[in-house]
Amino acid sequence: MLLISCPYCGTRAETEFRCAGPIRPPRSHFVGASEEEWIEYLCYADNHRGELEENWCHEKGCGEWFRLRRNTVTHEIIEVD
Amino acid sequence: MTVSNIRRLPDGGWVDRSRPLKFRFNGKDYTGYSGDTLASALMANGVDVLSRSFKYHRPRGVQSVGTSDVSSMVQICGAEESPNVLASVQPLHGNLEARSVNCWPSVEFDFGAVISTISPIIPSGFYYKTFMWPHWHVFEPIIRKAAGFGKAPGQVADRSFQNRFDHCDVLVVGSGPSGLMAALSAARSDARVVLVDEMIHPGGSLLYRNSSIDGYSARQWVQNCVNELLGFEKVTHLQNATAWGYLEGNMVCVVERKPCSSEISECNWKIWANQVVLATGAIERPIVFANNDVPGVMQCSAVRTALQTYAVVPGKRALLFTNNDSAYETLEQLHSVGIEIAAVVDVRTTVRMELKRLAEKTDTEILEGYVVSKALVGRKRVNGVLVTSLTNPQSVRQIECDLVCVSGGWNPAVHLFSQSRGSLKYDDSIAGFVPKQAQLATHVTGAANGVFSLDNCLVSGSSVGAKAATAAGFHAQSIRVPEVLDGILSDYHIEPFWSVETGERPAKAFIDMAGDVTVFDLRLAAREGYAQIEHLKRYTTTGMGLDQGKTANVNAIGIMANLTDSHPSEIGTTTFRPPYTPVEFGAIAGSRQGKEVLPYRHTPMTQWHRQQGAVMYEAGARWRRPGYYPKSGELMDEAVRRECRAVRTQVGMYDGSPLGKFELCGEDVVKMLNLVYTNNFERLKIGQGRYGIMLTEDGLIFDDGVTFRLDEQRYLMSCSTGGALHVESKLDQLVHIDQPDLKCIVTPVTSQWANATVCGPMARQLLETADTDMDFSRESLPFMQMSEGHIKGMPVRVFRVSFTGELSFEVNVPSRFGLQLWEYLMELGADWNICPVGSESSHVLRVEKGFLSLAHEADSTVDPIDLGMKWLIDSRKPDFIGKRAMEIRRRHQQNRPELVGLLPKNPNQLIAEGAPLKSDSTEDDSEGFVTASVWSDVCNRTIALALLNEGRSREGETVNAWMEGKILPAVVTQPIFYDPQGVKLRM
Repeated sequence: MLLISCPYCGTRAETEFRCAGPIRPPRSHFVGASEEEWIEYLCYADNHRGELEENWCHEKGCGEWFRLRRNTVTHEIIEVD
Repeated sequence: MTVSNIRRLPDGGWVDRSRPLKFRFNGKDYTGYSGDTLASALMANGVDVLSRSFKYHRPRGVQSVGTSDVSSMVQICGAEESPNVLASVQPLHGNLEARSVNCWPSVEFDFGAVISTISPIIPSGFYYKTFMWPHWHVFEPIIRKAAGFGKAPGQVADRSFQNRFDHCDVLVVGSGPSGLMAALSAARSDARVVLVDEMIHPGGSLLYRNSSIDGYSARQWVQNCVNELLGFEKVTHLQNATAWGYLEGNMVCVVERKPCSSEISECNWKIWANQVVLATGAIERPIVFANNDVPGVMQCSAVRTALQTYAVVPGKRALLFTNNDSAYETLEQLHSVGIEIAAVVDVRTTVRMELKRLAEKTDTEILEGYVVSKALVGRKRVNGVLVTSLTNPQSVRQIECDLVCVSGGWNPAVHLFSQSRGSLKYDDSIAGFVPKQAQLATHVTGAANGVFSLDNCLVSGSSVGAKAATAAGFHAQSIRVPEVLDGILSDYHIEPFWSVETGERPAKAFIDMAGDVTVFDLRLAAREGYAQIEHLKRYTTTGMGLDQGKTANVNAIGIMANLTDSHPSEIGTTTFRPPYTPVEFGAIAGSRQGKEVLPYRHTPMTQWHRQQGAVMYEAGARWRRPGYYPKSGELMDEAVRRECRAVRTQVGMYDGSPLGKFELCGEDVVKMLNLVYTNNFERLKIGQGRYGIMLTEDGLIFDDGVTFRLDEQRYLMSCSTGGALHVESKLDQLVHIDQPDLKCIVTPVTSQWANATVCGPMARQLLETADTDMDFSRESLPFMQMSEGHIKGMPVRVFRVSFTGELSFEVNVPSRFGLQLWEYLMELGADWNICPVGSESSHVLRVEKGFLSLAHEADSTVDPIDLGMKWLIDSRKPDFIGKRAMEIRRRHQQNRPELVGLLPKNPNQLIAEGAPLKSDSTEDDSEGFVTASVWSDVCNRTIALALLNEGRSREGETVNAWMEGKILPAVVTQPIFYDPQGVKLRM
């Protein structure tokens, strides 16, 4: 289980956090997109192997949102921002 | 009277002879000692057969040490009932009761053993190949029963479990010589150290070694080390605790059996370590030969454990069979307790001079270049062996013995290392797999790293412990390595030898005792093309048993390498996964059992409801709410009818406190509402409310509720009780991540407000009699309007919303006034025979009105148009969440499920909720299903709501509901049965 450093509370167990998926352009960016692009946005995910930047929320703690860069292969947490 | 402990030595061992313990096994009484395992106590009492094997029901006894001794599997009975416990792990305690598994009627005479006689026709894959027609599932239950292990306990065991969490600088797994040195090195540098070990006693291999360390006996040296460790404030020592999982984040899961607190039977720890030292030792593997599973055939380490740890003599006349030097230590030990030694059968053609001298000293013959080709079976255990020369297979000798001590070499216990995704390599010098490259902050020491001699283990432990502590940020130095007098074991000198060649129709030679996998099975797998290790494992079930191949896997790999003419490193290993040993569900759950899994949430009025005899329901999100309030002698149906009638004709009151509530503030609240709801929230006046439906981005209904405008930039949103947490997450993510430009703050206030909903034609008259500064008239507080004021001095917000279809006032007060308000309104309502109403009645009343309920009509597959609420979609809005997906879906899928009402042809027949609908009685696919079905008092008949394909265009049609084989016809109607114009709720 990962130990994640909440920028506000410090190091806590992974179970206190919620991962909201990889960082991508905001939703509004896709509002005017073509139907194909919209379906792509809605239904497909990269499932990236290696370093990945994600949004996380300390949901069962302070509620802080932050960016977390980690390696999906080694589980190393590279940066919390 | 039976003689107890007939095979116990008069002294020695780690058992406490002053503390005898009585226990029962298979209905017979025995006595053992404190410090025994169940297996050692049974051995001491001359019990040879502990279990019957998994597939062939062959009698089995103790074969190996601790958690790899799968043949000692028993069922613990009584209050602590637990299946599939290994007797070699189970500590003996007073009144322990156990019995054998896998046998009927008894372990001595087992009916299932007749399977052995037909075994030539049930090789690997037999079941899947044979029981194909009509279907495997027809045979599966019968076969599973025959092949079963222990029985699941019939009732909840009277045991309590615990979860604990810890963090440390250095976690040392294994308290053998390497582990103790590592722990001491780290502890002396002031690091926070946790030491865990799975055996009852600390010491690892020292438990069965006659070594002298620093002038102390091994046992005394171990005790000195443990005492020193306990003296450090920052050291935690968990004995009889198995590290069973090594996961990312450098977290190790440890299950501790019988922790200090006597009320707790097991404790599961999650320990995050800066650095992990694996001193997990090695597991001795057997050599495979015919009948190698017969009771009395044991690994050398198991024999030494019996002698040294438990002072049990496992036989009278022993024979040793080995391919390495480590077995000769057993020779010395057997000799020293006076056991006759028949011979040493050594695979190697030349044995070192020191070993020969040792054999001479003990007056033992060494048969160099010989193998044990078959064990001969006596009444209950081995009574001799056939010995064959490797160079001259015709030369066969029969030797009498009742104990065969086997050593095929040692497998470093790399399980945890491999779980942490460290890679392994095959080391020819020890004929086994050792750690290659760690992925986490892991250090491996001692036998787990392929270092087998005691002095090297001590050196390795000392330096690795210091290295780990240094890596954790401490100034650590290797501690002094004690001096060892350890006889012969300076080196290991193994000659790889996996399995003895057997003839054409041999007796069975077992590779994996847990799954009864034989050499024959492996040959078959190789012949049929399942030589690849992952295939081999699944086809033969090698390594899939209770011990996950602790003793079997490397032999299987070696044998397969021989069969396919390759090197073991080319075969490789299968993936090691947690748990290292079986872990009880109870230990993982800890104290989170029954009601404690997730605590219930209560409204401020809960006690009142209980006092009125309410039957309490769970109302989503763990809220407890009254289901109905039966009067004495009243059935549920009667109570619900009475409550519904009160609301329709007089006045009722229900506890709406659990309803999800959010306060929204900021200049962009309307923008946000327009994004999350399908309709338009502009031009909402202060005090006014509007109903809305939220969709998921997939265009399906997610939640619904009413939002009131409290002030210029302040709104109060309500949502379903069960959905409140999801709505909160969604809104939170929206304003922080998906649409960060929205200036809006979302504050959940569900528990801050209690809600007493007064509903029914007399509701207004009732409230008008209250001590209040508010005006409840239709003109000043019309439908979908709210007002703030006071009732009997309490600050209240009153909302004109109706979920029952009647005139309704939702009176909200800060939670601390909840009970006071409720009691006051009940008191006022006495004049109108006010009736408290539960969620059952609330359900009936909303079905009569066709109001949607999440998880009934909105089951995550429908959109608002399906439910007949096209009016709720503002098509002029350029965007809202789910808009696009809904449009795309509706363009491509014409035939949609649509909300309809159903009137059963038989007005007294209640159709079950969930019943499928068909237009005729053929075997066609269903065309929909019943979402809600109730007896309606106002309609004086049963009514139902349903989702039916293209249902709106089928009004008047008769459809058939299927329920338990019966066909119940019903007429399709509009989904509203009461006050279709909505006059009453606007009163």
